[in-house]
Amino acid sequence: MTFAKLFTQVVFILFLVLIPSKFSAQKATSINAKQATAVDAVEEEFDVNEMIMHHVKDAHEWHLWGSEHEGVSLHLPVILYDNGFQVFNASHFYHGLKVVDKDEKTGEKLSYLLGEGPAEGYALFHEKIYRLSQGKMHFEDGHPHNAMPLDLSITKNVTSLFIGAFLLILIMFSMARFYKKNGAIAPKGIAKFLEPLVLLVQDDIAIANIGEHKYRKYVPYLLTAFFFILLNNLLGMVPILPGGANLTGNISVTLFLALFTLLITVFSGNKNYWRHIFATPGVPIPILIIMVPIEIIGIFTKPIALMIRLFANVTAGHIIILALISLIFINKSIAWSALSVPMALFISILELLVAFLQAYLFTMLSALFIGAAVEEAHH
Amino acid sequence: MDLILPDYGLLFWTALVFCLLLFLLAKFAWKPILNAVNARGQKIHEALELADKTRAEMLMLQAENEKILKEARAERDAIMNDAKETATGMVEAAKNKAKEEANKIVESAKAIIASEKDAAIRDLKNQLAGFSLDIAEKIVRTELTSDSKQKELAEKLADDINMN
Repeated sequence: MTFAKLFTQVVFILFLVLIPSKFSAQKATSINAKQATAVDAVEEEFDVNEMIMHHVKDAHEWHLWGSEHEGVSLHLPVILYDNGFQVFNASHFYHGLKVVDKDEKTGEKLSYLLGEGPAEGYALFHEKIYRLSQGKMHFEDGHPHNAMPLDLSITKNVTSLFIGAFLLILIMFSMARFYKKNGAIAPKGIAKFLEPLVLLVQDDIAIANIGEHKYRKYVPYLLTAFFFILLNNLLGMVPILPGGANLTGNISVTLFLALFTLLITVFSGNKNYWRHIFATPGVPIPILIIMVPIEIIGIFTKPIALMIRLFANVTAGHIIILALISLIFINKSIAWSALSVPMALFISILELLVAFLQAYLFTMLSALFIGAAVEEAHH
Repeated sequence: MDLILPDYGLLFWTALVFCLLLFLLAKFAWKPILNAVNARGQKIHEALELADKTRAEMLMLQAENEKILKEARAERDAIMNDAKETATGMVEAAKNKAKEEANKIVESAKAIIASEKDAAIRDLKNQLAGFSLDIAEKIVRTELTSDSKQKELAEKLADDINMN
């Protein structure tokens, strides 16, 4: 239990150091009055795409409530590696000047936030940090051309990641404590709730796909992946602070998980596995010329499919719910809530199923790939 | 577009947190949990096996008991039958013997009666002969008073004897 305590302390210290004591209301400041009116005119219009993407993507703040201008949000720490580490709070962007600029080619109006204080020399555009060149951002076809420093910020998703990890440790350690204290007895409380899931991963995922003799080594990874995905999927369904971040619907997270599975598969692949890729038994050489590249591609497409499946399913769920809620704002009539709220509720319940299903699928397919890699020849 | 582009910062933090999580959970959660759960599973498995074995043993014992009972019953029946047979045999034999004895007694009684009768008859005959002689003597004494009469009597006696 000391680890959980240590972890809590680390997280708290991190937040105490990096987050300013006050929640700051955001005020956009425009360079000049002309642009300011233009900005206001633009922002009066409800942009569904913008809103949904803002919610689905990562951010340097955790919006709590209220509108974009008067709302309350938690500004998160920024960590940049740009010729040495720079650590400051994201409020230095959100309190900075809002610059409206024109695209150099299309003439489209684009706005970004200029950093101030320790964030000077950087700008925040669509929640990404760019290095200013000649004091401004340069756009071409809607995309900035400025260089990006290595951004290791504690973003919304990273915060959610910490919360998820902390909860997972708390839950699993208390479950482990139950067994340590009571020995091999019938489970009670949290252990009773989680034991079927743990056994599902061990018996129906690991043993069923990897086999009785070799599964043991892979169970910790499969269990961790299963509960990590499940918990973060569920946290993503919660609309307020402990949840709300679209962590498992972020391609970086699913990329890492898929990469882990790929690495396990590649490193546990036995002679039989590699022979099936480079010299499939019973296949003539001319066909092997076609087969080998396909098999090599196959090594990578499997985890890529894992990565995309989880990312797409979770993000799609979030997008659908947000789009249904947006109906009210698109039509500017609260009457639409009679349709959109039940629909969003229905999708939310469906998403609860998807949260479990995707965790199961990811783990099950990982086990399947590992199982194929460690399978002994049987001819 | 940047929705599907990986973000290095998040990738780094995910890797760090996930690896730490994997290490901590594997060491302090999965190991004790799975050990306990699997040990319990083993225990339950063994208990069930033992119960099955005990049940089979009990069934066997029961079958054996049944067999012994059956045998005992059969033996009892055999003994009873034997006894019955012996008893009937004995009764039969006794009856036979009694009958035989009775017959014998009857036979001997008959023989005695017959011999008694014979003796009685003989005695009677003897006495009758005595009487007859006495009578005959008396008659003869009277008859023999004359010669003719003597002769007549002799002839008559001779006839009687011939007729007898």
